[in-house]
Amino acid sequence: MRIVVLLKPVPDPGEERLGADGRLDRSVSPVINGNDEYVLEAALKLVEAGGGEITLLSMAPAGVTDPIRKALAMGATRAVLVSDPALAGACTWTTVQVLAAALRTLEFDLVVAGIDTSDGGGGVVAAGIATLLELPYLSNARRIEPFEGGVRVERLSPAGHDLLEASLPAIVSGTQLLGEPRYPSLRGIMGARSKEIAVRTLADIGLADRPVGGAHATTAMLDARPPASRGSTRVVRDLEPAAAAAAIVDFLVERRAL
Amino acid sequence: MGGIWVVGEVDASGALTKLSAEAATAARALGEAGHLDVTGLIVAAEPDRAAASLATFLPVVLAVRAPEAMDCPAAAVVAARVAALAGAAEQPPAWFVLGASPDGRDLAGVLSALLEIGVLVGATGLAWGDAADGVPAGPRVEMQPFGGRLLTTSGFTGDRGIILLRPNMVAAEPLAAPGRVEERSVEAVTDPPAVRVVERVAAEAAGPSIEEARVIVSGGRGVGGPEGFAGLRELAGLLGGAVGATRAAVDAGWIDYATQIGQTGKTVKPAIYLAFGVSGAIQHKVGMQTAETIVAVNRDPDAPIGEFADLFLIADLATVVPALIAALRARTG
Ligand SMILES: Cc1cc2nc3c(=O)[nH]c(=O)nc-3n(C[C@H](O)[C@H](O)[C@H](O)COP(=O)(O)OP(=O)(O)OC[C@H]3O[C@@H](n4cnc5c(N)ncnc54)[C@H](O)[C@@H]3O)c2cc1C
Ligand SMILES: Nc1ncnc2c1ncn2[C@@H]1O[C@H](COP(=O)(O)O)[C@@H](O)[C@H]1O
Repeated sequence: MRIVVLLKPVPDPGEERLGADGRLDRSVSPVINGNDEYVLEAALKLVEAGGGEITLLSMAPAGVTDPIRKALAMGATRAVLVSDPALAGACTWTTVQVLAAALRTLEFDLVVAGIDTSDGGGGVVAAGIATLLELPYLSNARRIEPFEGGVRVERLSPAGHDLLEASLPAIVSGTQLLGEPRYPSLRGIMGARSKEIAVRTLADIGLADRPVGGAHATTAMLDARPPASRGSTRVVRDLEPAAAAAAIVDFLVERRAL
Repeated sequence: MGGIWVVGEVDASGALTKLSAEAATAARALGEAGHLDVTGLIVAAEPDRAAASLATFLPVVLAVRAPEAMDCPAAAVVAARVAALAGAAEQPPAWFVLGASPDGRDLAGVLSALLEIGVLVGATGLAWGDAADGVPAGPRVEMQPFGGRLLTTSGFTGDRGIILLRPNMVAAEPLAAPGRVEERSVEAVTDPPAVRVVERVAAEAAGPSIEEARVIVSGGRGVGGPEGFAGLRELAGLLGGAVGATRAAVDAGWIDYATQIGQTGKTVKPAIYLAFGVSGAIQHKVGMQTAETIVAVNRDPDAPIGEFADLFLIADLATVVPALIAALRARTG
């Protein structure tokens, strides 16, 4: 199977900060978005079991390639990085259009995406791409398997799970339940050095004259402020169990929670 | 100017979800402030019951029968009808307010692409704002990015957009008198999605949703095993709350992924968060640090959770949990 993994480099959770321009500073300790690492692992297993290749597709600033190198070291075949100065400050709708346009230039049977991103994404990009490309969309996967020339997915539902089937090509978004991602091996790391990261501009993917990018953002952040501080921690130690329980009850009463 | 549309979500039993009622309530307040009409929509195989519920929160609800919703994932089916209604409406909608559930997110993604409009995700609050900073008058959306380390206000640069509201941010409030339901029939703008639902499997007794709980009793690796979670379930029952967990507990197979809180689990904002045997790793913290009150029980005085809990009890949870159950039982008599 030819699989494209939508892989977003994000600032390491906990390290995110705004730059001087008021936008998320994407150069801060970039890592692979957590959920994207799970779907990459699922893609690697599918290819190991049934053959094929994996193309990583990212939209990110040109300098932010460490996470892509890591994914190549884990076993992806090649990477395409859409990078263009005009994309700084892009909104979700731009991301959808850019990734969809880039996918039009690639050959694939299956696209996999993370269920959401840790840097403020809301899990809407993959559904948007599927709509623009008119592909079947199977979301919230906890299991992905090939099935009679198509794909079968167990989708988490509020009640349990739904079993979904679709023909290929299709887009699947997946969760942590797909399984723990592997660590890159030493051989993988060495091999990744010679793998290609093809950088594409908006013009390269046919969007030069389209209203996409920061200048056409559909949303704007108007204000950012720190939340009210939590106040100091009350530390309690060396209590008998009953006294410890009473300390919790008293605290909850004080906070009007009981 | 167009109005506000609230697309309600229907659960497996045909009922309106709690989050949809919250979205309707938030949209009503937004409509009052911005002098806009608010309309509800229910698109489902059997929309009547949910439409009647949504009409207790909104003056007008459009009910659309979509038989294909039985056999396909909901979002694409619903979006295709909603986009058709929007295209045909005398007053096309300017703003959509949807619940940020898994289906709601899928719906927002599809609608955004069909209507070519922007989305603001993870709203914790909504207000109406006048034109400012090059942004026209419209909804102002409060969000808490970076795991709650930042509070932001955003708006749309144009005159349309989709807002995804997080659960539990507003209390659902019915109208004094229920609104009316109008049946509509409309062709979908796209073919039904080429995805078949082959089977719907219900897990054994899913507990109350952690995103909607006022109190969360959460357990980590320190709980020691599935038996340990039995005590936490009892505590949650006594406090009228739900049980949450860390990824370590989920990975160990002690409890379901649906209860996982954090970066690759759920983001919660309960009034009370009681953590037992949870170290407070950053990936967990980003999912719960905006809880109003955090109480942590941990035997390690250096556990990171001690740095952001309101009450930090350095103790063995194996003795504290039974004692707390006894104390709460004694209070309720
Ligand atoms: C990409 C990625 C995504 C992740 N997403 C998530 C996520 O969504 N949610 C999440 O939770 N984690 C997530 N993690 C994992 C996270 O990094 C931590 O490993 C995890 O949160 C630790 O869980 P824990 O606190 O239960 O376990 P530990 O860190 O092992 O802590 C156990 C705690 O229990 C205490 N303890 C032990 N016994 C007792 C006792 N008898 N009485 C009292 N205290 C006791 C110990 O002192 C310790 O502090 C993610 C990691 C990665 C890399
Ligand atoms: N800039 C990007 N580059 C590559 N993939 C992305 C990008 N943004 C989003 N995605 C994919 O879409 C998923 C959902 O993103 P989001 O809707 O932003 O939460 C992510 O987990 C990625 O798989």
